[in-house]
Amino acid sequence: MKKFSISSLLSQLLLLFFVIIWIIPTFGLFISSLRDKDLLAISGWWTSLTTTEVNEIYRMSGMENQIEEDGYFKIKGKLFEDNSGKKIESFGITSKKINEFNIGDVAIFKDESEVLLDEDGNYEWRSKTEFKKKKGKRLFTTSLSPPAFTFENYREVLFKEGIGRAFVNTMAVALPSTLIPLIICSFFAYSLTWMKFYGRDTLLAIIIASLVVPLQMSLIPILTIYNDFGALFGVAAKSYPGVWMAHTGFGLASTTFLLRNFLKSLPNEMMEAAKVDGASHYDIFLRIIIPLSIPAFASIFILQFLWCWNDLLVGLVFLDQVPSEIILTAKLKELLGSRGENWEILTTGAFVSMTVPLFIFFALQRYFIRGLVAGSVKG
Amino acid sequence: MTILNLVFIVFLGVLFFIAYFHISNYILDIYGNKTLKRYNFENSIRVIVFITPAFIVLFIFILYPVFETIRLSFYDKFGREFVGLYNYKWAINDPEFRRSILNNLVWLLVVPTLSTFFGLVIANLADRIWWGSIAKSIIFMPMAISFVGAGVIWKFIYEYRGPENTQIGLLNAIIVSLGYEPQAWLTIPMWNNFFLMAIMIWIQTGLALVIFSAALRSIPKEMLEAARIDGASELKIFFSIIIPYLEQTILVIWTLITIIVLRIFDIIFAMTNGEWQTGVLANLMYDWMFRGGGDSGRGSVLAIVIMIGVIPILAWNLYKHRQEQKI
Repeated sequence: MKKFSISSLLSQLLLLFFVIIWIIPTFGLFISSLRDKDLLAISGWWTSLTTTEVNEIYRMSGMENQIEEDGYFKIKGKLFEDNSGKKIESFGITSKKINEFNIGDVAIFKDESEVLLDEDGNYEWRSKTEFKKKKGKRLFTTSLSPPAFTFENYREVLFKEGIGRAFVNTMAVALPSTLIPLIICSFFAYSLTWMKFYGRDTLLAIIIASLVVPLQMSLIPILTIYNDFGALFGVAAKSYPGVWMAHTGFGLASTTFLLRNFLKSLPNEMMEAAKVDGASHYDIFLRIIIPLSIPAFASIFILQFLWCWNDLLVGLVFLDQVPSEIILTAKLKELLGSRGENWEILTTGAFVSMTVPLFIFFALQRYFIRGLVAGSVKG
Repeated sequence: MTILNLVFIVFLGVLFFIAYFHISNYILDIYGNKTLKRYNFENSIRVIVFITPAFIVLFIFILYPVFETIRLSFYDKFGREFVGLYNYKWAINDPEFRRSILNNLVWLLVVPTLSTFFGLVIANLADRIWWGSIAKSIIFMPMAISFVGAGVIWKFIYEYRGPENTQIGLLNAIIVSLGYEPQAWLTIPMWNNFFLMAIMIWIQTGLALVIFSAALRSIPKEMLEAARIDGASELKIFFSIIIPYLEQTILVIWTLITIIVLRIFDIIFAMTNGEWQTGVLANLMYDWMFRGGGDSGRGSVLAIVIMIGVIPILAWNLYKHRQEQKI
């Protein structure tokens, strides 16, 4: 038994090691997207997860804020905004001894004025004589700063950097690019499975061959067709319908193949019985095939949708790179070039682009996996 | 184009295809039986109605382009004048092309192998541990996100700051804390390819993992039990039972990832744009589609080289399909 538990422990540790390596990059991106952009640029994201010690210098207010109270001249104020959650541990009045005093101690300056400080940054600076300087004295603080997160980057990225519009554009590319192949391929797969006609086997062989044809083979000729088409009819060569049809073309073989594999598994007797009852192929398709195929449709929808959502090349070649047409991945690539140092924009933008895939992933993982497995084991 | 217009054309685009099928079939349902009398004739029209849209798309976007690309590879940059093998000769003598081919080969060697290996190992580990399904989900997750998104994630890991600054990239922070000099990882020739490949492995391992997980369930439990009773160690079981049993699946996954890697474009385009000797064929091709106004001859040659890589897989698939049809 002992041998078994050691090997089990080793497997657990090994798996944990893989999990940590796999999750850390995404986790780091997510945390960074929620951090203050100034902090993001000067410290690693992992430092933001724990309470950190920070040394800072603040200057108290000057003479114009003084009041007279209990025989003292006093200046009261706050070193920093109270919503940061920062707690001061110790402070000093000279740069040489920044940890000289603890909270509750009274620090006495050379001019015999005294200062009291609480952990939230409220100070009371008092003197027997009137304050005469416009600038207040400096305080050196050492404080503990808890993890602080903000949605500021998301607001910035969605509305100012054009990621919000790119998100809409991507949706406008991905939805029809998924629905159109699903519609036309379901009829295609149906006829390849349940209708007899001349050339059916050849067509099927062509589909199987097309499965692995890299889309690079199609780029130049299709771009030429689009340019000629645009010039001939005086319309833009790059347009949303053009992208939809390109995605439809590139997804056609796999969608048809997956659907056909599914339809083939349906019992033949059902179709025969319906035919005897006088149902046309369209009736059979609507009343029998579609209801039975919902799970298969779901898997294929997810695969194709994610493919279109995540695509860069097709969106780059067949759409203009202008705000009203640029897709998320192309926008991100553009930002990588132009705002390569602005990590708050990049991390947040990347995370925005991942929201839809991650939602699909967590909500519909079962269908996603089923589609992948079906598409690969048989392909 | 305003968002409202966009919603409208999206709606219209999808509706167009639904309407085509519905209206044409509706007409056929009503008039077909009366006027065409013979079921067979109606049936052939129905076939045409069913397959025409898909066939047109297949023809325009796959069949015609394949032949057109082959034709263009023998023509000049505008596709007008026949130049024979000129573009192919250019490719062979072009250092960029050679570099890309070499990089592509290394990618093809490393990424499918390591992804498949990690996928198999992790599927095995996760299968035996109670929190295995959570682990699988986490490792599978990169499959859902885009290559560009993954590129940003990893560019952040590889981020480089001068030695005098605090490192905000995880890799350099680790290196510095161990007492070494920080490195600009993506600019070190040769090695940078491996840093890019790591991203692809990070993504594709999930694919291998889920397929292996499904396949592992098909191994008869009795066989594993028997081996354990006979005192075989887990390692021995892995190499002597599981790997031979999954041979077919391993091959399938390996080919699947090979096809994906062969046309890899996004990661390199986003991370280095082919600089510092990281270019691959797909990037070089994209480059030539637009460089100097575009050169369709050279671009086509590059597409064909990528295509040549998949031809063995294509032939194998067709052969398997034939076998299945015979049964």
